[in-house]
Amino acid sequence: MSARTRELFGLLPVSLLVAAGFAAVLTTRTADVSDATLTYGAVFLGLCVLAHLFIRARLPDADPYIFPLAALLAAVGLVVIYRIDAELAREQAQWFVVGLILFCATILVVRDHHVLERYRYLIAAGSIALLLMPRIPGVGQQVNGAFLAIHLGPIQFQPAEFAKLGIIVFLASYLRETADVLLRPRLRPLPFARQLLIFGLPALATLLLVLALDLGPAGSILLIVFVASLVAVLRERPSPKHFGPLLLIWGLAMLMLIFIRDLGSSLMFFGGFLSLLYVATGRLSLVGVGSTMFFGGAFFLARTVAHVEERVDVWLDPFDPRLVDDEGYQIAQSLFAQADGGLFGQGFGRALLELPGGGIILPAAHTDLIYSVFVNEVGLFGAAGLLGAYLLLVFRGFKTALLAGDGFSKLLATGLTAVLALQVFVIVGGVTRVIPLTGVTLPFVSYGGSSIVANMVLLALLLIVSDKARSERLRRGGLV
Amino acid sequence: MNAQIVRLFVLFAVLFAVLVAFTSRWTVFEAQSLADNQNNRRPLIEEQQIPRGLILARDGRTVLARSLPEGRGKNRTFVRTYPQGGLFAHPIGYSFITNGRRSLELSRNADLAGQEDEFESLFAGLEGREREGLDVVTNLDVAGTQAAVAGLAGRKGSVVAIEPQTGKVRVMVSIPEYDPNLIPSDIGRLERDRANQPLLNRSTQELYPPGSTFKVVTAAAAMDSGKVNPDSVIDGSSPREISGVPLSNSGGQSFGPISFTDALTNSVNTVFAQVGERVGRNTMVEYMRRFGFYSDPELDYPNFQMIPSGIINGDGDYVTDGFDVGRVAIGQGGLEGEIRSSPMQMALVAAAIGNRGRLMKPRLTDRVVRKDGRVKERVQPDLQSQVVKPEVADQLGQMMGRVVEEGTGTAAALSGITVAGKTGTAEVGANREFTQPWFIAFAPIENPRMAIAVTLERQPAGSQGGTVAAPIARSVLEALLGGGG
Repeated sequence: MSARTRELFGLLPVSLLVAAGFAAVLTTRTADVSDATLTYGAVFLGLCVLAHLFIRARLPDADPYIFPLAALLAAVGLVVIYRIDAELAREQAQWFVVGLILFCATILVVRDHHVLERYRYLIAAGSIALLLMPRIPGVGQQVNGAFLAIHLGPIQFQPAEFAKLGIIVFLASYLRETADVLLRPRLRPLPFARQLLIFGLPALATLLLVLALDLGPAGSILLIVFVASLVAVLRERPSPKHFGPLLLIWGLAMLMLIFIRDLGSSLMFFGGFLSLLYVATGRLSLVGVGSTMFFGGAFFLARTVAHVEERVDVWLDPFDPRLVDDEGYQIAQSLFAQADGGLFGQGFGRALLELPGGGIILPAAHTDLIYSVFVNEVGLFGAAGLLGAYLLLVFRGFKTALLAGDGFSKLLATGLTAVLALQVFVIVGGVTRVIPLTGVTLPFVSYGGSSIVANMVLLALLLIVSDKARSERLRRGGLV
Repeated sequence: MNAQIVRLFVLFAVLFAVLVAFTSRWTVFEAQSLADNQNNRRPLIEEQQIPRGLILARDGRTVLARSLPEGRGKNRTFVRTYPQGGLFAHPIGYSFITNGRRSLELSRNADLAGQEDEFESLFAGLEGREREGLDVVTNLDVAGTQAAVAGLAGRKGSVVAIEPQTGKVRVMVSIPEYDPNLIPSDIGRLERDRANQPLLNRSTQELYPPGSTFKVVTAAAAMDSGKVNPDSVIDGSSPREISGVPLSNSGGQSFGPISFTDALTNSVNTVFAQVGERVGRNTMVEYMRRFGFYSDPELDYPNFQMIPSGIINGDGDYVTDGFDVGRVAIGQGGLEGEIRSSPMQMALVAAAIGNRGRLMKPRLTDRVVRKDGRVKERVQPDLQSQVVKPEVADQLGQMMGRVVEEGTGTAAALSGITVAGKTGTAEVGANREFTQPWFIAFAPIENPRMAIAVTLERQPAGSQGGTVAAPIARSVLEALLGGGG
């Protein structure tokens, strides 16, 4: 069976889900049955088939599971949003159409992703500009303390979603070049006295710092990892020409953290950067330096920026009586909703979202807390299934990276998949109290035009890389 | 690069596993504590929107609690009403969104609210069934409860009646009562009424000195451990020095050498004090534990509404040693330890003796029934402990029969039914100016179908167990047994 036929069959479960999901939601709202709602479920399916045909035409060898998985996630999102508000569901479907259009456009325009390498600096600059746009007064909009949205007349979108694509493209290209330089041959073992100096001095310094600054256990571990990694890096006397840009990127990430003030997106970007760094160079020491510096900066920010501190306090104890009705309300209600879901959930369409007599019991249900609504409706089993679907998508993305023939392709596929995976981790982790709650969207599922469109473009890029990689492999007679 | 890509994937797989782990933490492991969190309004809202189950008396027809619908469509909620008013207030309790729950409404909440386990709710969702509460049929007897209330006639006290062979609680009355229908409006006033404490269930939540009714426990311990038998002769002269302090019989009456049976019939303190000393502290406590002392009764009732009975010292601590066993044996004690019991516990003592020494776990619930009539759960009698050998129980039963026949408990005698009982009159009050009359019994002696404990708080001096409490027990037993039970 060819890849494209497998993809078509892969759309079958999607259609079943859409049918079952909408039917379930409809039966709980017997007063609201209308043909229109059923038809746009059918329309959704029709669009997916159209997109499939497009892929068949232009990317015949692309990975067969990536698109159906994304369609599945989008379908889940539609069903859950429909339950929350039919109007929002209609808007989401419209954005999905726009996303599909851009999906096809990307595939048409970007025949070979290597062309993106030529414009990498332009792309980088554009992405940074997009990221900083929400800080422009009059245009930018502060939501929950974070500068993530832009309001330009009737248009409202989140530029960070698109910026993440640009940054990944840039990093993939840049790191491919500098990776050779960063990768050094194995060093000769040093004489013992020198070793003592190189390891002993920093260890002593660390100890003194821990005592002098009175760092807690978390701070101490951070410092130890930082120093160890730094020593490993500095041992090789790196040239400023190559490490400068890395420091610059780190600096930009920290600035982003300070300017945009969103822990979640910063974590996502920086995580993507570190993932690419690791894959490109294979050196954990670099990752060590980078991540400890990021966490150090984040800690510092948590102490100084009020709303970040608030998020961390709420994460640590949402039921604190001073917080639970106010800042902690969102995460507390998220946990209550999940507990209410239990193993199998309340059933599609039966999540409790309002207090009798008006008032909302689960705020931001269609965006930040959509995972909680989902858990409430389908329980732990459904949630594990959803996370499984995401993991499968990530798996196919990394498989594409493995199959790719050249450095840029590998890094591009890795980076795109990594940010997607990190985005899922950040928002689901925030909602389940693994990390503080932040304003990142759940890809394909959350309501949000920018999110859907940007992720469709991400999907397109991934499929382009996949097509090239798999067709080359097939030509060389290998297995895909 | 490939190796790193693989490792990166493994990292993400681990991170996603963490996400699943945390989700399961909230949906499974900590779900119950989240549901119980006082900030969580979901359970309350959800329960307000489903019809809560009925609570019925033992006849399966008399409704003790029901939910009436209010409003229509999406705004429909259910409000709890209690057709019997305050009559069954203490065993049944109440359930209101803003006031919480109490008593059986609380201990059987899961069934009344129709909470199913995960798999049942999955099937219910697939079948499209709406959640509804299940009905709880109790063991409570309407006629017996009415007789108890009439008998107490507004005086503070308690009546508890239990079926010895099954542990079914037929009557649990505590006066003063309260009207559960008025809880939403009146709870503040009821809570502040410190003089009467209407919300207190005196049957299970209050401890009183049991007086001579505790001699039944002493006799059981002494006979089962072989220290005495019904014909043992002991000197009953009064006063007698017990633990260095003189002890008198009731009314100062002095008996010479007297059989143990006669000592029980006439409630001779000095005899029982000696018997208590022969039994010794350790054995006494051991038998008390077998009767259920020192723990909450194993009743399907909230723990915070029950108190263990036992020997309590001047600081309010439970003690199992260092007390004056002679005086505890007759139902009193001193600063080192005084015996105090709830009416429920004394009823359990009578029930155990009546059931040939086998103490059954007390139960308010008989069965839980779904709306379509299927029985979800039928509460079976459950043995709690074999307190004494069956022969000892038989002998003790005969002795208690003499108490009612010719001793202090003649007011409890019923025509046609033999009653085995024991009176008790504890002196209470700072200057011992009041009495706490008691009467425990079971009937009929040959095949006991009912055990009972009656007590009244702070009665005027001169009120005896035999004159005040026994007649009430009689009328309740008549109501329970006279009409075929």
